Amino acid sequence: MSLESPLPAPTRLIWLTDRRRWTALTGVVLAAGLLWIVLARADEAATTGGAPPPSPREGFSAPDFTLEVRGGGQMTLSELRGSVIVLNLWASWCPPCRAEMPALQAVHDDYADQGLVVLGLNTLFQDGLGAAEAFITEFGLTLPVVFDESGAVSLRYQLRAMPTTFFIDRRGVIRAVVVGGPMSEALLRAQVDELLAEAP
Amino acid sequence: MLPYLSIGPAVVPVPALLLLAGVWVGTGLAEGAALRLGLNRETLANLILYSLIGGVLGARLGHVLRHPAAYLADPLGVVALTPSTLWVDAGLAAAVITGWVYGQRHALPLRRTLDALATGLAAFLVAVGLAHIASGDAFGAPTDLPWAVTQWDARRHPAQVYETGLAIGILAIIWRRPLGDTAPGLNALLLVALTAAARLFLETFRGDSVLWVGGLRAAQVVALAVLVAALALMRAWAVAPKDAP
Repeated sequence: MSLESPLPAPTRLIWLTDRRRWTALTGVVLAAGLLWIVLARADEAATTGGAPPPSPREGFSAPDFTLEVRGGGQMTLSELRGSVIVLNLWASWCPPCRAEMPALQAVHDDYADQGLVVLGLNTLFQDGLGAAEAFITEFGLTLPVVFDESGAVSLRYQLRAMPTTFFIDRRGVIRAVVVGGPMSEALLRAQVDELLAEAP
Repeated sequence: MLPYLSIGPAVVPVPALLLLAGVWVGTGLAEGAALRLGLNRETLANLILYSLIGGVLGARLGHVLRHPAAYLADPLGVVALTPSTLWVDAGLAAAVITGWVYGQRHALPLRRTLDALATGLAAFLVAVGLAHIASGDAFGAPTDLPWAVTQWDARRHPAQVYETGLAIGILAIIWRRPLGDTAPGLNALLLVALTAAARLFLETFRGDSVLWVGGLRAAQVVALAVLVAALALMRAWAVAPKDAP
Protein backbone atom coordinates (compact mmCIF):
# COMPACT_ATOMS: atom_id res chain seq x y z
CA MET A 1 0.00 0.00 0.00
CA SER A 2 1.40 3.34 -1.05
CA LEU A 3 1.78 6.01 1.56
CA GLU A 4 1.98 8.75 -1.04
CA SER A 5 -0.81 11.27 -1.13
CA PRO A 6 -2.39 11.73 -4.58
CA LEU A 7 -2.05 15.52 -4.43
CA PRO A 8 1.20 17.24 -5.44
CA ALA A 9 2.86 19.15 -2.62
CA PRO A 10 2.18 22.76 -3.77
CA THR A 11 -1.56 22.08 -4.11
CA ARG A 12 -1.67 20.53 -0.66
CA LEU A 13 -0.08 23.51 1.01
CA ILE A 14 -1.64 26.37 -0.97
CA TRP A 15 -4.30 26.99 1.68
CA LEU A 16 -1.72 26.94 4.41
CA THR A 17 0.70 29.36 2.82
CA ASP A 18 -1.99 31.85 1.80
CA ARG A 19 -2.42 33.98 4.91
CA ARG A 20 -5.85 35.37 3.96
CA ARG A 21 -7.32 31.99 3.13
CA TRP A 22 -5.99 30.36 6.28
CA THR A 23 -7.11 33.23 8.48
CA ALA A 24 -10.58 33.02 6.94
CA LEU A 25 -10.66 29.25 7.48
CA THR A 26 -9.55 29.64 11.09
CA GLY A 27 -12.21 32.30 11.64
CA VAL A 28 -14.92 30.06 10.23
CA VAL A 29 -13.75 27.16 12.39
CA LEU A 30 -13.72 29.38 15.48
CA ALA A 31 -17.19 30.78 14.81
CA ALA A 32 -18.66 27.36 14.04
CA GLY A 33 -16.98 25.92 17.13
CA LEU A 34 -18.34 28.63 19.39
CA LEU A 35 -21.83 28.16 17.98
CA TRP A 36 -21.58 24.39 18.51
CA ILE A 37 -20.42 24.88 22.10
CA VAL A 38 -23.33 27.20 22.85
CA LEU A 39 -25.82 24.80 21.27
CA ALA A 40 -24.33 21.89 23.21
CA ARG A 41 -24.72 23.52 26.62
CA ALA A 42 -26.17 21.19 29.20
CA ASP A 43 -27.65 21.40 32.63
CA GLU A 44 -26.34 19.24 35.44
CA ALA A 45 -29.26 16.85 35.19
CA ALA A 46 -28.03 15.82 31.73
CA THR A 47 -24.66 14.79 33.09
CA THR A 48 -23.52 13.09 36.26
CA GLY A 49 -23.30 16.43 38.08
CA GLY A 50 -26.01 17.58 40.46
CA ALA A 51 -28.04 14.63 41.75
CA PRO A 52 -26.83 11.69 39.64
CA PRO A 53 -29.00 8.61 39.26
CA PRO A 54 -28.01 5.42 41.08
CA SER A 55 -25.58 3.15 39.29
CA PRO A 56 -22.48 1.30 40.50
CA ARG A 57 -19.84 3.47 38.90
CA GLU A 58 -17.84 6.59 39.55
CA GLY A 59 -19.91 9.75 39.27
CA PHE A 60 -23.26 8.09 40.07
CA SER A 61 -25.17 7.75 43.33
CA ALA A 62 -24.43 4.56 45.20
CA PRO A 63 -27.42 2.21 44.79
CA ASP A 64 -29.21 1.87 48.09
CA PHE A 65 -29.62 -1.38 49.98
CA THR A 66 -30.65 -2.77 53.33
CA LEU A 67 -28.80 -5.80 54.69
CA GLU A 68 -28.43 -7.77 57.89
CA VAL A 69 -25.57 -6.58 60.07
CA ARG A 70 -23.29 -8.97 61.89
CA GLY A 71 -24.34 -8.91 65.51
CA GLY A 72 -27.98 -8.19 64.74
CA GLY A 73 -30.16 -5.56 63.15
CA GLN A 74 -30.17 -4.08 59.69
CA MET A 75 -28.21 -1.38 57.95
CA THR A 76 -29.45 0.84 55.12
CA LEU A 77 -26.76 2.51 53.07
CA SER A 78 -28.66 5.76 52.56
CA GLU A 79 -28.93 6.20 56.33
CA LEU A 80 -25.15 6.71 56.36
CA ARG A 81 -25.51 9.80 54.15
CA GLY A 82 -23.26 12.54 55.51
CA SER A 83 -20.44 10.10 56.20
CA VAL A 84 -17.67 9.08 53.85
CA ILE A 85 -18.11 5.37 53.14
CA VAL A 86 -15.65 2.74 51.99
CA LEU A 87 -17.77 -0.19 50.82
CA ASN A 88 -15.65 -3.30 50.45
CA LEU A 89 -17.14 -6.47 48.91
CA TRP A 90 -15.26 -9.53 50.10
CA ALA A 91 -15.33 -13.27 50.62
CA SER A 92 -13.34 -15.42 53.02
CA TRP A 93 -11.87 -17.62 50.27
CA CYS A 94 -10.50 -14.69 48.26
CA PRO A 95 -6.70 -14.23 48.79
CA PRO A 96 -6.59 -10.50 47.87
CA CYS A 97 -9.47 -9.89 50.30
CA ARG A 98 -7.39 -11.45 53.04
CA ALA A 99 -4.36 -9.41 52.04
CA GLU A 100 -6.11 -6.04 52.14
CA MET A 101 -8.40 -6.53 55.13
CA PRO A 102 -5.79 -5.45 57.76
CA ALA A 103 -5.39 -2.14 55.89
CA LEU A 104 -9.16 -1.63 55.86
CA GLN A 105 -9.33 -2.29 59.60
CA ALA A 106 -6.41 0.11 60.25
CA VAL A 107 -8.11 2.86 58.25
CA HIS A 108 -11.34 2.20 60.12
CA ASP A 109 -9.50 2.54 63.43
CA ASP A 110 -7.78 5.78 62.45
CA TYR A 111 -10.66 7.60 60.77
CA ALA A 112 -13.87 6.38 62.41
CA ASP A 113 -14.09 9.46 64.62
CA GLN A 114 -13.68 11.76 61.60
CA GLY A 115 -16.84 10.63 59.86
CA LEU A 116 -15.60 7.57 57.96
CA VAL A 117 -17.53 4.30 57.76
CA VAL A 118 -15.62 1.30 56.44
CA LEU A 119 -18.36 -1.16 55.60
CA GLY A 120 -17.44 -4.74 54.84
CA LEU A 121 -19.99 -6.48 52.65
CA ASN A 122 -19.55 -10.22 52.82
CA THR A 123 -20.82 -11.93 49.67
CA LEU A 124 -22.48 -14.65 51.67
CA PHE A 125 -24.28 -16.11 48.65
CA GLN A 126 -20.89 -17.44 47.53
CA ASP A 127 -19.33 -17.84 50.96
CA GLY A 128 -20.15 -19.76 54.13
CA LEU A 129 -21.31 -18.10 57.33
CA GLY A 130 -18.87 -20.18 59.36
CA ALA A 131 -15.97 -19.32 57.09
CA ALA A 132 -16.93 -15.63 57.12
CA GLU A 133 -17.10 -15.61 60.92
CA ALA A 134 -13.72 -17.33 61.15
CA PHE A 135 -12.30 -14.71 58.80
CA ILE A 136 -13.69 -11.88 60.93
CA THR A 137 -12.28 -13.45 64.09
CA GLU A 138 -8.91 -14.15 62.49
CA PHE A 139 -8.45 -10.51 61.48
CA GLY A 140 -10.05 -9.11 64.63
CA LEU A 141 -12.45 -7.02 62.62
CA THR A 142 -14.36 -4.33 64.46
CA LEU A 143 -15.57 -2.54 61.34
CA PRO A 144 -19.25 -3.16 60.54
CA VAL A 145 -19.93 -6.18 58.37
CA VAL A 146 -23.16 -6.84 56.45
CA PHE A 147 -24.14 -10.06 54.73
CA ASP A 148 -25.44 -10.31 51.16
CA GLU A 149 -27.14 -13.67 51.45
CA SER A 150 -29.21 -13.53 48.27
CA GLY A 151 -26.57 -11.92 46.07
CA ALA A 152 -28.98 -9.18 45.04
CA VAL A 153 -26.76 -6.34 46.25
CA SER A 154 -23.66 -7.83 44.62
CA LEU A 155 -25.64 -8.13 41.40
CA ARG A 156 -26.84 -4.53 41.70
CA TYR A 157 -23.25 -3.42 42.21
CA GLN A 158 -22.21 -5.44 39.13
CA LEU A 159 -19.63 -7.38 41.12
CA ARG A 160 -17.21 -8.83 38.57
CA ALA A 161 -14.13 -9.59 40.60
CA MET A 162 -13.17 -10.02 44.23
CA PRO A 163 -12.55 -7.84 46.10
CA THR A 164 -14.25 -4.69 44.81
CA THR A 165 -14.25 -1.44 46.75
CA PHE A 166 -16.41 1.65 46.32
CA PHE A 167 -15.42 5.02 47.77
CA ILE A 168 -18.59 7.02 48.46
CA ASP A 169 -18.65 10.71 49.38
CA ARG A 170 -20.86 12.47 51.93
CA ARG A 171 -23.55 13.08 49.28
CA GLY A 172 -23.77 9.37 48.53
CA VAL A 173 -21.95 9.66 45.20
CA ILE A 174 -19.44 6.99 44.20
CA ARG A 175 -16.14 8.77 43.66
CA ALA A 176 -13.84 5.85 42.91
CA VAL A 177 -14.08 2.13 42.31
CA VAL A 178 -11.17 -0.26 42.81
CA VAL A 179 -11.70 -3.68 41.28
CA GLY A 180 -9.34 -6.41 42.42
CA GLY A 181 -6.70 -6.12 45.03
CA PRO A 182 -5.04 -6.06 47.37
CA MET A 183 -5.25 -2.30 47.85
CA SER A 184 -2.36 -0.68 49.62
CA GLU A 185 -3.05 1.16 52.84
CA ALA A 186 -1.61 4.25 51.15
CA LEU A 187 -4.30 4.04 48.45
CA LEU A 188 -7.03 3.74 51.08
CA ARG A 189 -5.70 6.67 53.09
CA ALA A 190 -5.22 8.85 50.01
CA GLN A 191 -8.81 8.30 48.86
CA VAL A 192 -10.26 8.75 52.33
CA ASP A 193 -8.21 11.90 53.03
CA GLU A 194 -9.53 13.50 49.83
CA LEU A 195 -13.16 12.70 50.58
CA LEU A 196 -12.98 13.71 54.23
CA ALA A 197 -11.38 17.02 53.25
CA GLU A 198 -14.47 17.95 51.27
CA ALA A 199 -17.03 20.15 52.96
CA PRO A 200 -19.92 18.22 54.57
CA MET B 1 -18.64 -3.94 28.11
CA LEU B 2 -15.94 -6.30 29.31
CA PRO B 3 -13.98 -4.39 31.94
CA TYR B 4 -12.31 -7.35 33.64
CA LEU B 5 -11.41 -10.94 33.02
CA SER B 6 -11.14 -13.13 36.08
CA ILE B 7 -8.51 -15.79 35.52
CA GLY B 8 -8.26 -17.83 38.70
CA PRO B 9 -7.33 -15.41 41.50
CA ALA B 10 -6.09 -12.79 39.02
CA VAL B 11 -8.24 -9.94 37.73
CA VAL B 12 -7.10 -8.81 34.30
CA PRO B 13 -8.31 -5.34 33.26
CA VAL B 14 -9.27 -5.62 29.59
CA PRO B 15 -9.00 -1.86 28.92
CA ALA B 16 -5.38 -1.92 30.08
CA LEU B 17 -4.66 -4.80 27.72
CA LEU B 18 -6.20 -2.85 24.84
CA LEU B 19 -4.10 0.19 25.70
CA LEU B 20 -0.97 -1.97 25.78
CA ALA B 21 -1.91 -3.33 22.36
CA GLY B 22 -2.34 0.25 21.21
CA VAL B 23 1.14 1.13 22.42
CA TRP B 24 2.58 -1.89 20.64
CA VAL B 25 0.85 -1.18 17.31
CA GLY B 26 1.47 2.55 17.62
CA THR B 27 5.17 2.03 18.26
CA GLY B 28 5.42 -0.17 15.20
CA LEU B 29 3.73 2.43 13.02
CA ALA B 30 5.90 5.21 14.44
CA GLU B 31 9.04 3.19 13.72
CA GLY B 32 7.90 2.72 10.12
CA ALA B 33 7.26 6.44 9.78
CA ALA B 34 10.69 7.15 11.28
CA LEU B 35 12.38 5.19 8.52
CA ARG B 36 10.42 7.08 5.88
CA LEU B 37 11.33 10.42 7.43
CA GLY B 38 15.03 9.63 7.69
CA LEU B 39 15.07 9.21 11.46
CA ASN B 40 16.82 6.48 13.38
CA ARG B 41 14.20 3.86 14.06
CA GLU B 42 15.84 2.57 17.22
CA THR B 43 16.24 6.05 18.66
CA LEU B 44 12.55 6.76 18.12
CA ALA B 45 11.56 3.43 19.70
CA ASN B 46 13.73 4.30 22.71
CA LEU B 47 12.12 7.72 22.95
CA ILE B 48 8.71 6.05 23.21
CA LEU B 49 9.98 3.50 25.74
CA TYR B 50 11.64 6.07 27.99
CA SER B 51 8.62 8.35 27.77
CA LEU B 52 6.40 5.50 28.91
CA ILE B 53 8.71 4.63 31.79
CA GLY B 54 9.00 8.30 32.74
CA GLY B 55 5.24 8.63 32.55
CA VAL B 56 4.57 5.71 34.90
CA LEU B 57 7.21 6.81 37.40
CA GLY B 58 5.98 10.40 37.21
CA ALA B 59 2.39 9.33 37.76
CA ARG B 60 3.32 7.39 40.89
CA LEU B 61 5.63 10.14 42.18
CA GLY B 62 2.89 12.69 41.57
CA HIS B 63 0.45 10.60 43.61
CA VAL B 64 2.98 10.31 46.44
CA LEU B 65 3.61 14.06 46.48
CA ARG B 66 -0.12 14.71 46.41
CA HIS B 67 -0.77 12.44 49.40
CA PRO B 68 2.37 12.58 51.54
CA ALA B 69 0.58 11.68 54.79
CA ALA B 70 -0.84 8.49 53.27
CA TYR B 71 2.59 7.33 52.14
CA LEU B 72 4.24 8.27 55.43
CA ALA B 73 1.76 5.92 57.11
CA ASP B 74 2.41 3.20 54.52
CA PRO B 75 5.82 3.73 52.83
CA LEU B 76 5.63 0.41 50.97
CA GLY B 77 2.61 1.81 49.16
CA VAL B 78 5.06 3.69 46.94
CA VAL B 79 5.92 0.44 45.16
CA ALA B 80 2.45 -1.17 45.30
CA LEU B 81 1.29 -2.63 42.00
CA THR B 82 -1.98 -0.77 41.78
CA PRO B 83 -2.93 1.56 38.94
CA SER B 84 -5.28 3.43 41.26
CA THR B 85 -2.28 5.17 42.81
CA LEU B 86 -1.22 6.88 39.60
CA TRP B 87 -1.87 10.57 39.01
CA VAL B 88 -2.52 10.69 35.27
CA ASP B 89 -1.86 14.43 34.81
CA ALA B 90 1.54 14.16 36.45
CA GLY B 91 2.28 11.07 34.39
CA LEU B 92 1.49 12.82 31.12
CA ALA B 93 3.66 15.78 32.07
CA ALA B 94 6.51 13.46 33.06
CA ALA B 95 6.19 11.50 29.80
CA VAL B 96 6.39 14.69 27.72
CA ILE B 97 9.36 16.01 29.69
CA THR B 98 11.17 12.67 29.45
CA GLY B 99 10.56 12.52 25.70
CA TRP B 100 11.69 16.10 25.28
CA VAL B 101 14.93 15.57 27.21
CA TYR B 102 15.66 12.32 25.35
CA GLY B 103 15.01 14.02 22.00
CA GLN B 104 17.31 16.90 22.89
CA ARG B 105 20.10 14.60 24.03
CA HIS B 106 19.89 12.57 20.82
CA ALA B 107 19.48 15.63 18.59
CA LEU B 108 16.17 14.45 17.17
CA PRO B 109 14.59 17.03 14.86
CA LEU B 110 11.41 18.14 16.64
CA ARG B 111 8.96 18.40 13.78
CA ARG B 112 9.94 15.24 11.94
CA THR B 113 9.91 13.36 15.22
CA LEU B 114 6.40 14.60 15.91
CA ASP B 115 5.39 13.52 12.40
CA ALA B 116 6.79 10.06 13.02
CA LEU B 117 4.93 9.81 16.30
CA ALA B 118 1.66 11.07 14.78
CA THR B 119 0.68 7.84 13.01
CA GLY B 120 1.43 5.81 16.09
CA LEU B 121 -0.50 8.18 18.30
CA ALA B 122 -3.47 8.05 15.93
CA ALA B 123 -3.47 4.25 16.23
CA PHE B 124 -3.22 4.52 20.01
CA LEU B 125 -6.31 6.76 20.06
CA VAL B 126 -8.25 3.96 18.36
CA ALA B 127 -7.14 1.71 21.22
CA VAL B 128 -8.34 4.34 23.71
CA GLY B 129 -11.79 4.24 22.10
CA LEU B 130 -11.85 0.43 22.28
CA ALA B 131 -10.71 0.59 25.92
CA HIS B 132 -13.63 2.90 26.65
CA ILE B 133 -16.02 0.42 25.02
CA ALA B 134 -14.61 -2.31 27.27
CA SER B 135 -14.63 -0.28 30.46
CA GLY B 136 -17.85 1.68 30.01
CA ASP B 137 -15.97 4.92 30.67
CA ALA B 138 -16.58 8.04 28.56
CA PHE B 139 -20.22 7.02 28.37
CA GLY B 140 -22.96 8.81 26.46
CA ALA B 141 -25.81 11.08 27.46
CA PRO B 142 -29.28 9.59 27.89
CA THR B 143 -31.27 9.39 24.65
CA ASP B 144 -34.27 7.66 23.08
CA LEU B 145 -32.63 7.23 19.69
CA PRO B 146 -33.06 3.77 18.11
CA TRP B 147 -29.33 3.00 18.31
CA ALA B 148 -29.08 3.86 21.99
CA VAL B 149 -27.40 1.30 24.24
CA THR B 150 -28.29 0.43 27.80
CA GLN B 151 -25.45 1.40 30.05
CA TRP B 152 -25.25 2.50 33.66
CA ASP B 153 -28.98 2.09 34.19
CA ALA B 154 -30.10 4.23 31.24
CA ARG B 155 -30.48 4.20 27.46
CA ARG B 156 -27.55 6.25 26.22
CA HIS B 157 -25.70 7.42 23.14
CA PRO B 158 -23.01 4.83 22.32
CA ALA B 159 -20.46 7.60 22.75
CA GLN B 160 -17.55 5.16 22.96
CA VAL B 161 -18.51 3.75 19.55
CA TYR B 162 -18.69 7.27 18.13
CA GLU B 163 -15.29 7.94 19.65
CA THR B 164 -13.76 4.81 18.16
CA GLY B 165 -15.28 5.50 14.75
CA LEU B 166 -13.90 9.03 14.71
CA ALA B 167 -10.50 7.77 15.83
CA ILE B 168 -10.45 5.23 12.99
CA GLY B 169 -11.34 8.01 10.54
CA ILE B 170 -8.55 10.21 11.89
CA LEU B 171 -6.07 7.31 11.67
CA ALA B 172 -7.06 6.80 8.02
CA ILE B 173 -6.45 10.49 7.27
CA ILE B 174 -3.12 10.61 9.10
CA TRP B 175 -2.07 7.38 7.42
CA ARG B 176 -2.69 8.99 4.01
CA ARG B 177 -0.66 12.11 4.95
CA PRO B 178 -2.74 14.56 2.89
CA LEU B 179 -0.21 17.36 3.54
CA GLY B 180 2.78 15.28 2.37
CA ASP B 181 6.21 15.51 3.98
CA THR B 182 7.36 18.79 2.46
CA ALA B 183 6.76 20.84 5.60
CA PRO B 184 7.84 18.88 8.69
CA GLY B 185 5.44 18.77 11.59
CA LEU B 186 2.26 19.44 9.63
CA ASN B 187 0.96 15.88 9.88
CA ALA B 188 1.43 15.94 13.65
CA LEU B 189 -0.44 19.24 13.88
CA LEU B 190 -3.14 17.86 11.60
CA LEU B 191 -3.58 15.01 14.08
CA VAL B 192 -3.90 17.50 16.94
CA ALA B 193 -6.42 19.59 14.99
CA LEU B 194 -8.53 16.60 13.92
CA THR B 195 -8.50 15.10 17.42
CA ALA B 196 -9.57 18.42 18.94
CA ALA B 197 -12.33 18.80 16.34
CA ALA B 198 -13.52 15.27 17.05
CA ARG B 199 -13.67 15.97 20.79
CA LEU B 200 -15.49 19.25 20.15
CA PHE B 201 -18.12 17.32 18.22
CA LEU B 202 -18.26 14.22 20.38
CA GLU B 203 -18.53 15.91 23.76
CA THR B 204 -22.09 16.96 22.90
CA PHE B 205 -23.14 13.33 23.19
CA ARG B 206 -21.22 12.53 26.39
CA GLY B 207 -23.00 11.95 29.68
CA ASP B 208 -20.04 12.67 31.93
CA SER B 209 -19.10 16.19 30.83
CA VAL B 210 -17.58 18.56 33.34
CA LEU B 211 -19.68 21.71 33.16
CA TRP B 212 -18.51 25.27 33.51
CA VAL B 213 -20.49 28.46 34.00
CA GLY B 214 -23.67 28.57 31.92
CA GLY B 215 -23.61 24.84 31.28
CA LEU B 216 -20.66 25.07 28.91
CA ARG B 217 -18.87 21.76 28.55
CA ALA B 218 -15.27 22.25 29.68
CA ALA B 219 -13.82 19.75 27.23
CA GLN B 220 -15.40 21.57 24.29
CA VAL B 221 -13.96 24.93 25.31
CA VAL B 222 -10.50 23.41 25.70
CA ALA B 223 -10.83 21.47 22.43
CA LEU B 224 -11.76 24.60 20.49
CA ALA B 225 -8.77 26.48 21.93
CA VAL B 226 -6.47 23.60 20.97
CA LEU B 227 -8.01 23.41 17.49
CA VAL B 228 -7.49 27.11 16.78
CA ALA B 229 -3.95 27.00 18.20
CA ALA B 230 -3.13 23.98 16.01
CA LEU B 231 -4.45 25.76 12.91
CA ALA B 232 -2.35 28.84 13.70
CA LEU B 233 0.75 26.73 14.27
CA MET B 234 0.12 24.80 11.05
CA ARG B 235 0.37 27.99 9.04
CA ALA B 236 3.44 29.15 10.96
CA TRP B 237 5.21 25.85 10.32
CA ALA B 238 4.09 25.75 6.67
CA VAL B 239 5.65 29.12 5.86
CA ALA B 240 8.77 28.40 7.91
CA PRO B 241 9.44 24.71 7.34
CA LYS B 242 12.76 24.72 9.18
CA ASP B 243 13.27 21.75 11.46
CA ALA B 244 15.69 21.78 14.33
CA PRO B 245 16.53 19.60 17.31
